[in-house]
Amino acid sequence: MGNAILVVAEHDNSQLKGATLNTLQAAVELKAQGAGAIELLIAGQGSNAVVEQAAALPDVDRVLVADAGNLAHQLPEEVSSVVVNLLEGGDYGYLLAPATTNGKNLAPRVAALMDVAQVSDITEVVSADTFIRPIYAGNALAKVQSHDALKVVTVRTTAFAAVAETGGAVEATSVDAPAALGVSSFVGEELSVSERPELTSARIIISGGRGMQSGDNFPLLEAVADKIGAAVGASRAAVDSGFVSNDMQVGQTGKIVAPDLYIAVGISGAIQHLAGMKDSKVIVAINNDEEAPIFNVADFGLVADLFEALPELEKELG
Amino acid sequence: MKVLVAIKRVVDANVKVRVKADNSAVELANIKMAINPFCEIAIEEAIRLKEKGHASEVLVVSIGPDTCQEQLRTALALGADRALQIKAEDSPEPLAIAKLLKAVVDQEQPGLVILGKQSIDGDNNQTGQMLAALANMPQGTFASDVEIEGDSLQVTREIDGGLQKVSLKMPAVVTTDLRLNEPRYASLPNIMKAKRKPLETQTPEDLGIDISPRQTVLEVTPPPERAAGVKVGSVSELVEKLKNEAGVL
Repeated sequence: MGNAILVVAEHDNSQLKGATLNTLQAAVELKAQGAGAIELLIAGQGSNAVVEQAAALPDVDRVLVADAGNLAHQLPEEVSSVVVNLLEGGDYGYLLAPATTNGKNLAPRVAALMDVAQVSDITEVVSADTFIRPIYAGNALAKVQSHDALKVVTVRTTAFAAVAETGGAVEATSVDAPAALGVSSFVGEELSVSERPELTSARIIISGGRGMQSGDNFPLLEAVADKIGAAVGASRAAVDSGFVSNDMQVGQTGKIVAPDLYIAVGISGAIQHLAGMKDSKVIVAINNDEEAPIFNVADFGLVADLFEALPELEKELG
Repeated sequence: MKVLVAIKRVVDANVKVRVKADNSAVELANIKMAINPFCEIAIEEAIRLKEKGHASEVLVVSIGPDTCQEQLRTALALGADRALQIKAEDSPEPLAIAKLLKAVVDQEQPGLVILGKQSIDGDNNQTGQMLAALANMPQGTFASDVEIEGDSLQVTREIDGGLQKVSLKMPAVVTTDLRLNEPRYASLPNIMKAKRKPLETQTPEDLGIDISPRQTVLEVTPPPERAAGVKVGSVSELVEKLKNEAGVL
């Protein structure tokens, strides 16, 4: 068994996603611990633009491209055949994927096919075989040592910095795409469209909770967000109450975020929400209940009626 | 069609766990336990499929010590027809669980297997995908809607940017996300009735599966505490502090 690192790229056939850059940082750290070359796999269809972006990454030693019709939507049944094919060649000691919905869908399927365990959602590389990962919604951290010769790992993207995007010049190598299994097919997608930054990559996030009282009040948050280029999120309470759609949910069962500034408005601070945002650099809480647990993690707390504070905040930022 | 549901006994979602003083694990003595919330959703979905006439039988399986029979009985009270406990003392790793479930799939030949997307203790999010791989089935993970159309399964999945719909040839594996359904409560008559429903036990040896671990948990530590900061008196003071003190605006 070789010692190279195979990283599965996150992309949509037209753009390499930021999650790839964070995952590559974990690969760089493994390489520093003695692992071999870093190889980036782009499985998709017509992903030339992605391949170009990948070829410019200075930390990548080799770009592998699997291009086929059955890979267009990156269904795990199909992509896992490509990955297993590569791993069975025996050159790799690691398979890394971002802990995105794509990566989480794919990596365990590959691990089982290779008969190895997986280390999920790592937040730290301790050594070549040992990782830190959160358990119990981040209420505990486990230091886990893997004994498999091939280590399958998913990477919590917010825990690793992004690697540099330019300066490299790597040749892309085409790899085989095995015949389609045909047990699954893509039907459609409803992606939410927004002018604002994506939650998982935004530098500033402003989120609303049950205290917003209704989805009709979210424009108050959006007005502030647009002044400072922030993404808009929500707590599970706000999503479950039907105020906003679930792709805005920040928390253990939603998106895990770690922006420079997180502004929690009308959010009490349930364990499940804190698990999704407590690694933010600076946390602000605005809540009319001064006993709300969110104040225990906030760097700056403002006890106030959010319906007065938000318009005032918008004006101050003007 | 038979539906197989796998469930796990975990610390109740409302309990704030503490790490043991010797940093070996999380303290589980005298802690309230429950069915993993995502597994409850899996049970509910299977029962609804039976009520709609798609499923003929719902078999629920759990892997763990005898205490997990409590959760299996709850599943029976909710409407599952049969239960199977696979005895295991320590919590096996997801790969071992998936292998045990694969052996059950071979025995029972279900048309659909439903699992929670992850358990709220280990947070691994692996078992369903691993089972799908081992059983050579397609997988509909993080499902928020499941429809049966003939011999195919239409699954709406919650993905990072929104929703994705896939069509899977059955038999297939589905893992549940939060919005798939809202689980019911067990009624008292059904809890009584569940006591007479069949609950079988098997061992990993019966199934011919090696469940020895591939990983070692070296240490479990509490996360770094975040110190509470300061209260500000007004919005303008807040903006001033964010600009000048924290430098994030």
